[in-house]
Amino acid sequence: MKLPVSWLSEYVDIPAGTTAEELDAAFVGLGLEVEEVHRPPETTGPLVVGRVREIEELTSFKKPIRYCQVDVGEAEPRGIVCGARNFAVDDLVAVALPGAVLPGDFAIAARRTYDHVSDGMICSVRELGIGEDHAGILVLGSGGDGPAPGTPAAGLLGLDDVVFDLEVTPDRGYAMSLRGIARDLAGALGVAWRDPAALSPPVWSGEPGWVVEVADPARCDRFSMVAMERLNPTASSPWELRRRLAQCGIRSISLAVDVTNYVMFELGQPMHAFDRDTLTGPITVRRAAAGERLTTLDGVVRTLTDDDLLIADGSGPIGLAGVMGGATTEIGNGTSSVLLEAAHWEPTGISRAVRRHKLPSEAAKRFERGTDPDVTVVALARAAALLAEHGGARVVGGPVDLDVRGPRPVISMDAGLPGRIAGVAYSPGQVADVLRAIGATVESDGDRLAVTPPSWRGDLTDPADLVEEVVRYVGFDEIPSVLPTAPPGRGLTERQRRRRSIGRALADAGYVEAPSYPFIGAAVLDDLGVPEDDDRRTLTLLRNPLSEEQPALRTTLLPGLLATLARNLARGQRDLAVFEHGVVFPGGAGAQAPVPGVDRRPDDDVLATLLGAVPPQPWHVGVVLTGHREPRGWWGPGRPAGWADAVQAARVVATASGVALTVRAGERAPWHPGRCAELVVTVDGADRVIGYAGELHPRVCAALEVPARTCAMELDADALPPAPVPVGPHVSSFPPVHMDAALLVPAEQPEAAVRAALVAGAGQLLEDLRLFDVYTGPPVPEGQRSLAYAFTFRAPDRTLTGEEARAAFEGAVSAAATATAAVLRG
Amino acid sequence: MSGANDPYDPKQVAALSAEALEAAVSAATEAFAAAADLEALAAVRPAHLGDRAPVLLARRELGALPPAARSDAGKRVNAARTAVTDAHAARLTELEAERDVRVLAEERVDVTLPWDRTPLGARHPLTTLTERIADVFVGMGYEVAEGPELEAEWLNFDALNTGPDHPARSLADTFFVAPEDSGLVLRTHTSPVQARTMLERRPPIYVVAPGRVYRTDELDATHTPVFHQVEGLAVDRGLTMAHLRGTLDHLARQLFGGDALTRWRPHFFPFTEPSAEFDVWFPEHRDGPRWVEWGGCGMVNPRVLTACGIDPEEFTGFAFGMGIERALQFRSGVGDMRDIVEGDVRFTSAFGVQA
Repeated sequence: MKLPVSWLSEYVDIPAGTTAEELDAAFVGLGLEVEEVHRPPETTGPLVVGRVREIEELTSFKKPIRYCQVDVGEAEPRGIVCGARNFAVDDLVAVALPGAVLPGDFAIAARRTYDHVSDGMICSVRELGIGEDHAGILVLGSGGDGPAPGTPAAGLLGLDDVVFDLEVTPDRGYAMSLRGIARDLAGALGVAWRDPAALSPPVWSGEPGWVVEVADPARCDRFSMVAMERLNPTASSPWELRRRLAQCGIRSISLAVDVTNYVMFELGQPMHAFDRDTLTGPITVRRAAAGERLTTLDGVVRTLTDDDLLIADGSGPIGLAGVMGGATTEIGNGTSSVLLEAAHWEPTGISRAVRRHKLPSEAAKRFERGTDPDVTVVALARAAALLAEHGGARVVGGPVDLDVRGPRPVISMDAGLPGRIAGVAYSPGQVADVLRAIGATVESDGDRLAVTPPSWRGDLTDPADLVEEVVRYVGFDEIPSVLPTAPPGRGLTERQRRRRSIGRALADAGYVEAPSYPFIGAAVLDDLGVPEDDDRRTLTLLRNPLSEEQPALRTTLLPGLLATLARNLARGQRDLAVFEHGVVFPGGAGAQAPVPGVDRRPDDDVLATLLGAVPPQPWHVGVVLTGHREPRGWWGPGRPAGWADAVQAARVVATASGVALTVRAGERAPWHPGRCAELVVTVDGADRVIGYAGELHPRVCAALEVPARTCAMELDADALPPAPVPVGPHVSSFPPVHMDAALLVPAEQPEAAVRAALVAGAGQLLEDLRLFDVYTGPPVPEGQRSLAYAFTFRAPDRTLTGEEARAAFEGAVSAAATATAAVLRG
Repeated sequence: MSGANDPYDPKQVAALSAEALEAAVSAATEAFAAAADLEALAAVRPAHLGDRAPVLLARRELGALPPAARSDAGKRVNAARTAVTDAHAARLTELEAERDVRVLAEERVDVTLPWDRTPLGARHPLTTLTERIADVFVGMGYEVAEGPELEAEWLNFDALNTGPDHPARSLADTFFVAPEDSGLVLRTHTSPVQARTMLERRPPIYVVAPGRVYRTDELDATHTPVFHQVEGLAVDRGLTMAHLRGTLDHLARQLFGGDALTRWRPHFFPFTEPSAEFDVWFPEHRDGPRWVEWGGCGMVNPRVLTACGIDPEEFTGFAFGMGIERALQFRSGVGDMRDIVEGDVRFTSAFGVQA
């Protein structure tokens, strides 16, 4: 809502010397966010009102030129050359005299042009920096009235004005008008104000100007009209009205339309002007039939639903109620007979229409926030007076005023409530005073107040709303700062601590966290080679995705991680290890979530259905890596990232979670079938696969345009079982016995199986077992590999003898031989 | 070796002779002196001070002597041994000193060489800042509450006094989930977590709810469709706006320094009444101390308490929320939202693993 201070000061006695900054602070304190403060660009030097006395048409040039004698309040008129043609003798114009500097460092001097000396310039709106119009010069007025020639023009042009652009929240419809803001500002500044709506409409007598029926009184509880005739179709809006509308961001169209807009800004009552001669038969306010069509003023054909509210006449729809008028009854160049409408519409219906038709008009912005139903006729009277003054129109017949409003609700409130909510000791008198200042009627009965909110405050329905008015009016700065004491809490949950541990552990392991958007499309699943029957293909779809290519929610973290990888590669990075942890959204036919009422807590079964309809969203952890895992440096060539790093990332996650992880060969898209590890945990005694790790399939790397041998890991962190309470080991201080063994093992035997057998066979004395070499090739026979282990044996209570250690070692080797056909190398 | 009871004549115990001992001492002294470095000294030490060294072998022979002779011979042996030990110690000290001035100097390395063989990872600053905020509240006794990102529309809107016709429910802001009657949305704020908490528990409630939220904005320098919030909710007997202010001031001081405080501007939110937006005074802003818009807050609308089964006559509540991206932008001077969301490792690595 744009608001010229000069207009505002017509209603509010803003103290002299009040700065724009002080007004800014006052608006903010009222809850009217200041989005911008506009000041016209600076003009210096003599800029005056001139009256055109003579026009000499110069025709000997390529384009028509006028040489004008302009009275600028001096003894003799000045001769000024002008290329515009939109003015006549006796018009008032803005004249920049020699010495003036217009915006853009445009210095005006007397100069010779078109064979004449031009002693100044007649200005256009654009040259003055107060608008974009450059089709002709600015005509301030015609005929005998208006300011005397030579009057400084800055004030008239609004050059010294300041325009505030205020953001009005959805609850404050009244603040979408000069009237509403003037009332609030006067209260904030503690000064007097005049209500522009405090006028008594004239007594119009006779039959109502039109026959009207309101068929939907629930959505239109007041509908008022007045008919006028003899409007001078050529009359244009006076400059001051046009200037104010321009300052408010509204284009001048015609006197009738300008007047309705002007009154809308002044009183907050949007109006519509129909060309009376185009109307046929009685007007009805009714719901549309589904599929009915209306061409709105913007030239768009709208197909309507049965929730749309219409103004219709014998010809059909002529306006979308409260949102936009229709094209067939629009005020035209020849309109001399008008029908003015001012109504009160139910706000939520307007909101729905605005959203349905994407038509956020100035009228709708006010109606959906709520207007003052008391002022429909006042607004008609104000508009009629302006049309009479500037267009010679006169009212015919009596007004239409269909008013079915019920009594305004009374809110009962404990006078102490505002103080109890704010933590400020307001006196009961102060509370009542504030509520009266915002226009409410207040009756007090002991501690209880019976408050009737003013007609323009449809938003005030609950005691809490009144509390806000009191707190806001007295000022938020009055509220002290007191820290409450919460009862002792539980700290973070296991799950929350675990997530932090996982994030820290991966970062410590060299991975960079990269949260990504969870939007995916089927194409990326194709690229990943995810089979048609895979669970990850069951997607949750958005009805209004940002991109049609990514209409679904992720079922895996890999698309986001690989996109992050690709983006970093495209920016020149080569060695990358990134991780993400966050939820995924497994799809599947879910139950429909019910929508219970809000007047009380939903029943337990309804609530259970509601909560149950929200699908589970497990927390996943994933990594991707490419390039060097360890960089080259002065120590050597570095080490490329490989499948084992991805598997190790899973082990890091498991360790950070305090959970034992088993790794075994697996097969799953998008991994390389021979380089894919299945990640297994034990839950309640049963193995459960919680994820996969390894090298990506070459075709996946090619499809996603990431380097060959890119590696990845993803697991479901929510599926990790709770960590057991760790048991502290007995730390023996007796000396260890170290022994090494190289085993020849059939190549198909997984190392994990060999290790498991060694550990089982070694018994209690084995403290540590470390694989330190894997070797294939001569002299190891084809089909076998050599696994070299370092054993550490130690007893808890004594120094181990060589014989004991040897026995344990042999037990280990023998168990491995039985389980995996391992043979000790000689 | 001779036993104690062997009837040896002491003169026959050649090892104990003064000559033999003197020879051993001088051999040792010469060998130590000849050792050119510590390794060489260590190499010759066993021959002169080890278990089989002459002076130690001589000592073992003492037992074979008659008591009268033992004392004299004992003194000689001890003297010889001390002489060898001293000679060794002296040479050791000498060689160590030499090493200290020469060898260690030769072994000098360039300790400024980098050793970043293990690459450094990093946590995203949104994560660490969220945790920092959560920890401030956990320190006050709050609990961290969570809820799903794909959420029931009723919890995201209706329960929060945002009726079916509220502008915030329009397709322009909210991601709706297919099919049309699913009743599910991507949550537009973390407030449904507040509703869930109030539906689950009885007051007193003190929770903070961090999380990821969604609005249908295109990504640009100041907007992102996926962003993070932290919201707080307290419901208890006698809570006031003063308690809300105290809580926000406390958080501001923890995040922005001891001089930080908050300023409120009246605003409108459907789920709070009265409502305010709040700014924080940030003395260390990189463009100089200033007020920065931070978040929204207010007293929980009694209608919300009612919908969640809490008696608004008995309990009052306050709630507040702020965007983490926004806080990160002004706290760390991040000019462009895209840097926060695009996952460029150069951005995130700059924040390291600090919590």
